[in-house]
Amino acid sequence: MSATVLQAASDKWPLWEVFTQGAHGEPFEHAGSVHASDAELALQNARDVYARRGEAVNLWVVPSTAITASAPSDAGPFFDPGNDKAYRHPQFYMAPRGVRIF
Amino acid sequence: MVAAPRTQPIANPLFEYLLRLGDDRLVLGHRLSEWCGHGPILEEDIALSNMALDLVGHSASLLKLAGEVEAKGRDEDALAYFREGVEYRNALLVELPKGDFGFTIVRQFLFDAYSVLLWDALSHAQHETLAAIAAKCLKEDKYHLRHSSEWVVRLGDGTDESHARVQTSLNELWRYTAELFDHDSVDEAVAASFGVVVDHDAIRSRWSAMVADVVQRATLTLPTDTAARRGGRRGRHTEFLGHMLAEMQIVARSHPGATW
Repeated sequence: MSATVLQAASDKWPLWEVFTQGAHGEPFEHAGSVHASDAELALQNARDVYARRGEAVNLWVVPSTAITASAPSDAGPFFDPGNDKAYRHPQFYMAPRGVRIF
Repeated sequence: MVAAPRTQPIANPLFEYLLRLGDDRLVLGHRLSEWCGHGPILEEDIALSNMALDLVGHSASLLKLAGEVEAKGRDEDALAYFREGVEYRNALLVELPKGDFGFTIVRQFLFDAYSVLLWDALSHAQHETLAAIAAKCLKEDKYHLRHSSEWVVRLGDGTDESHARVQTSLNELWRYTAELFDHDSVDEAVAASFGVVVDHDAIRSRWSAMVADVVQRATLTLPTDTAARRGGRRGRHTEFLGHMLAEMQIVARSHPGATW
């Protein structure tokens, strides 16, 4: 298959994010993405690409456009853990004697 | 449908029957594998190759059992790589060249619908090994059917061009479907001696209903052509099988016994 054909197909077909569940009760985890014309074929493509060797017992596919993501520039304001604010961590507080600490 | 009677009795009907099952899947699996690296989009390339691997896997189980039943020391590789076209027992439908993606999908759908119904019946066979193989194949073929039928609907109910192409493919393939439901002395013999009972008329009627439903959803027209082409079950093949086998068998024949 030529690069142009692949490019044309991926321009026309929406992208879907794939989430797999490894066992019942476990959280769904992001596995990757597939192109597909609609949800049913996205599910089938996801099965073929990400779940053919027993990796999953359930699949979700979500249109990539439905996901709102943080931007790299948000890294500071969003995720700086505030290590300078010791009182935000439970270790800041003294446990009373007699209380078991794990 | 009953094919014309054979002129010679079949020495080992169960062997013959297993060759039919195994060869259908080996040849169709090879035809599908020809898409590897040529699929219309990466995801579909993977899907077609996955189905090809499944079918070749099914044929390996069936031909291994055939070799054991024959008891002449031939294993599944010997049967796959060292038989000539006239010794192949696949239906003509599966040996036709892969055509365009629409042709491949329509052929796959017509075969998958038949195969799911056949495995469903064979999973109740009294022959334990065959019943176990049937149960495993049924599970995988159900997924194939889901994939191919959804694609038929999308291509049929897609653009003018995709509709026209799959309608042409359906019309061309139709005459090759009757052979799948032929019932002859081999079927009679395996039913009588091994409890391998398949009601081809019942399967054909259920198959027709499944096909009609998908064809209708795909906004396609069911062909009314009643002409039928057959011969593969007796080793009379189209000119396409020999070329396919040459490609499939050349490595094994050039380096007999090689391992890697």
